[in-house]
Amino acid sequence: MLLKDEVGMLQRVPLFSGIEPTKLKLLAFTSDRVNYSAGEILFRQGDEGDAAYVILSGRADILVDSDSGPIKVAELVPNSIVGEIAILCNSSRTATVRAASPLEALRIPKDHFLRLMNEFPEMTIEILRVLANRLSHTTADLIDARSTK
Amino acid sequence: MEPSLARYIWRHTKKQQLWILMVVLLSMIPYFMSFDLPKLIVNGPIQGRGFEQPGATQAFMRLHYNLPFIGDVQFFSGFQLDRKATLLALSLVFLLLVVINGLFKLYINTYKGRLGERMLRRIRFDLVDRVLRFPPIYFKRVKSAEVATMVKDEVEPLGGFIGDAFLQPVLLGGQALTAMLFIMVQNVWLGMIAVVIVVIQIVLIPRMRRRLIVLGRQRQLTARALSGRVGEIVEGIGAVHVHDTSNYERADIAARLGLIFKIRFDLYQWKFMVKFLNNFLAQITPFLFYMIGGYLVIEGRLDVGQLVAVIGAYKDLPGPMKELIDWDQDRQDVQVKYQQVVEQFTVDGLIEPRIGALTIDDPDPMTKPLSAIGLSIADDSGAMLLNRISLQVKPGETVALVSTATGGGEALAEAFARLNWPDSGRVASGADDLLELPEAVTGRRMSYASSDVFLFQASLRDNLLYGLKHAPLTSVPYDGAAAVQHRWNIDEARRSGNPDLDIHSDWINYASAGASGPHDLFEAVRRVLDAVVLSRDILDLGLRSSADLARHTELARRIVELRAALRTRLEHEGLSGLVVPFEPGAYNKEATIGQNLLFGAAAGPQLADRALAANPYFASVLRQAGLDRTLYEMGMEIAKQAIELFADLPPDHQFFQQLAFMSAEEIPAYETLLQRLKNRPYETVSENDRAMIVTLSFAYIEPRHRFGLLSDELMGKIVAARNRFYENLPHELQNAVERYDPAKYIAAATVMDNVLFGRVGNNHPDAPDRIRSIVYDILDELGLYGELLDVGLDFNVGAGGRRLTNGQRQKLDVARALLKRPDFLILNRPLSALDQRMQDKVLRNVLEEARRDGQSPAIVWVVTNPAMATMFDRVVVFDSGQMVEDGTHETLLAGNGIFKELLS
Repeated sequence: MLLKDEVGMLQRVPLFSGIEPTKLKLLAFTSDRVNYSAGEILFRQGDEGDAAYVILSGRADILVDSDSGPIKVAELVPNSIVGEIAILCNSSRTATVRAASPLEALRIPKDHFLRLMNEFPEMTIEILRVLANRLSHTTADLIDARSTK
Repeated sequence: MEPSLARYIWRHTKKQQLWILMVVLLSMIPYFMSFDLPKLIVNGPIQGRGFEQPGATQAFMRLHYNLPFIGDVQFFSGFQLDRKATLLALSLVFLLLVVINGLFKLYINTYKGRLGERMLRRIRFDLVDRVLRFPPIYFKRVKSAEVATMVKDEVEPLGGFIGDAFLQPVLLGGQALTAMLFIMVQNVWLGMIAVVIVVIQIVLIPRMRRRLIVLGRQRQLTARALSGRVGEIVEGIGAVHVHDTSNYERADIAARLGLIFKIRFDLYQWKFMVKFLNNFLAQITPFLFYMIGGYLVIEGRLDVGQLVAVIGAYKDLPGPMKELIDWDQDRQDVQVKYQQVVEQFTVDGLIEPRIGALTIDDPDPMTKPLSAIGLSIADDSGAMLLNRISLQVKPGETVALVSTATGGGEALAEAFARLNWPDSGRVASGADDLLELPEAVTGRRMSYASSDVFLFQASLRDNLLYGLKHAPLTSVPYDGAAAVQHRWNIDEARRSGNPDLDIHSDWINYASAGASGPHDLFEAVRRVLDAVVLSRDILDLGLRSSADLARHTELARRIVELRAALRTRLEHEGLSGLVVPFEPGAYNKEATIGQNLLFGAAAGPQLADRALAANPYFASVLRQAGLDRTLYEMGMEIAKQAIELFADLPPDHQFFQQLAFMSAEEIPAYETLLQRLKNRPYETVSENDRAMIVTLSFAYIEPRHRFGLLSDELMGKIVAARNRFYENLPHELQNAVERYDPAKYIAAATVMDNVLFGRVGNNHPDAPDRIRSIVYDILDELGLYGELLDVGLDFNVGAGGRRLTNGQRQKLDVARALLKRPDFLILNRPLSALDQRMQDKVLRNVLEEARRDGQSPAIVWVVTNPAMATMFDRVVVFDSGQMVEDGTHETLLAGNGIFKELLS
């Protein structure tokens, strides 16, 4: 996959949809292209968050440790971004991500990501919008959960 | 040291000074003979005096003397020569005298120069010898740069003066006295005038020079302080930048330079003033001669002939007088310099020479207990660090010293290491005062390491083995020219009062590390490095450096085996995708285009980096392979993309680290270049511009940069160009590149690159770490682990060891202390830069390593954390300079003292 195809992929990630293609190209260029085979771990729960990943092709599972072993909580498909929360909050990884098939991803190092947010307010706003959306969903879920109890 | 320079010089060079004086006096004979000769030649053969008759002859070389009481005695009647023959003979004599005078001068100057240099060598050695014997307290007050400048610069002028120290006054004084006598003989009264003026000169000039001496002293002190400050800036450069005080330092240096300028300018003013006065006084004498003498002639009391003779005689006086006065000035100058230096090097409590005397044979082990008896130590301000401590450490005992912040445990450890001398009480080994024992005993049977590590700028190996270099143990056989040189070295060293120990001898005391020679020393080294957990760091250094093949032959010999083992291992673990190997007939996608073209390691500047594209032979190969145009177009495309991506970023943006093609500073240049070359046909582009553009393509790696510029056809062409390049490689480039050969070790590449013989894939983030651990495994399996460690030990640690981390330095210091297998091992918070977990680990390893092979040294360890004390036989607790608790770990824990408090 070439740089220009990656830019096309990035444009389809909601977080980056509002950013000019030239800036996305810079982001893609300065990020590492990484390959994993099925079963390999991208990062583990509890690790220090040092990068976010954009899935270019293949699928990955999001796993959370529990007393009875890891539980799969979600699946990642192409064009999704994962690991950005740990970067933003400076916290450790809240889940493990494991490749479910041969996987191609773009690894965006933490300082590059933060630098981009500094330089492109539109991207920051987009991230805020996504996070706010997630928060309102979570809040709604919480209310649902409470009311059904 | 001798406070008077003259006496110091006389004591060490009196024989030589007398000899040179004799030679100079002897040289006067041909010198004065050569004065008389021209007159003889002109008057005799040329003007024909004595040859009035044709065919007349004269005696040549007739030796006859008019001796008192005996009358004229003829020793040799001489040769009878005619006019032309006489001219020839006399001219040849003249030539002979010129040669003789020249040879005398050559001999005298060489002799004086050598005398001065030997003396300089002696003074410098004496000074450094003193530095080696200064008491420890002295070093708290002195800046190293100041000591260095004293040894190097301040005594330097002495060398030039020493040859003339006694010769000059004798000679010049003699000449001046002769001239004066001559004047006196002509006319007493006029002579008296000259004497009066000379007396004024002798009295007045030195008086005026007193100020010069004062200024000279100031000049020396301010210059020394300046070099001290410069040294301080260099050492404290971190603090300067951290606090934004560089301008404060600039101001300080400027102020100092201003002061030095003022002093030097004052000095010049005075110097020239004195010179003026001196010249004036010298000229006033003829004035008086003309006036008074002339008056006397007019009055008829003096005849003209006498006056002219006096004036004629006077012209020989000012020259020697002036030089004599100049010599005196030099003398005072160097005397001041010498005194200033000697004052600084005269210190109370100098260590006796016998303490540091050379001892070849190893001393007996220290089997008696080490004890502090009523020991008190105060710091510079007088605060008590230790207050009448009495403590005994038995051989074989392990003692933890636990100390509160002002406890004094560290001072005790320093006292045991003789780095801190007692103010009262003493430290003793058995009944002997520790300070009275020779260093040959304490330096070999005791070891010390602390958190304050000093490493020399040398390899890790040299630093590690430094603690074993007590004496030259082998005599090196020299032959041929080397033997002559060696003999000369020894003779000269002795003549200057230097020791003649051979630095090229093997100084390493293998026995004390438990080894029998260089071949099995490495085992001991490896064990201590493992003990302090430093081996891994050194292996990493080894992997990243290129091995010296003269020393590490095994690595080169077994490289094929190593590479094969790596491949097998990677395949076995299903990781072959991590490394793409170099294959002579194939393109390596993970390597740059430049690496694929050159397919070798550049061993010189001609084919390295940017020079590659500009190299005429390389460019011609590209042309023949039909690649020049393709790579140019590729370079243009890369330039376009790179500028599009990076042009509006500020030059310090961290993204530039990702841009392999050009640096941030080069972007504007490439921008204009791109503008200029756009739409320009390839043929019209200059060679230089082509190289600029083609260079960009050399850094391209398809999987990493993903511009989509590499086709199968292009890869094929590149491999073909590679072969073409080596087929006709011109002679002058033979040594500029080492071709990648699967069967050969590449000397110019790092060990890691050699083992990999390929490139690590770009698309696996943890590939480098995984590969490295696999490489270590393989090296261990093949028994090459030690060889790699040895490569790592070649690493130069930099000034003061600053190329290592603090923790690495401290580990190295402990390893060095362990290596000599002492009877008493004193460790003073040795690992403070490490985290607690690592400290515990190293502590456990060190205790185990120290007791290897049935040894049982006593270990005194000032611990940073009281919890570490559980591993020791005995725990001693210090608080406020007092020893407050002493017992086993259990008893102290059971008590209710400070130790328990510290632990909680």
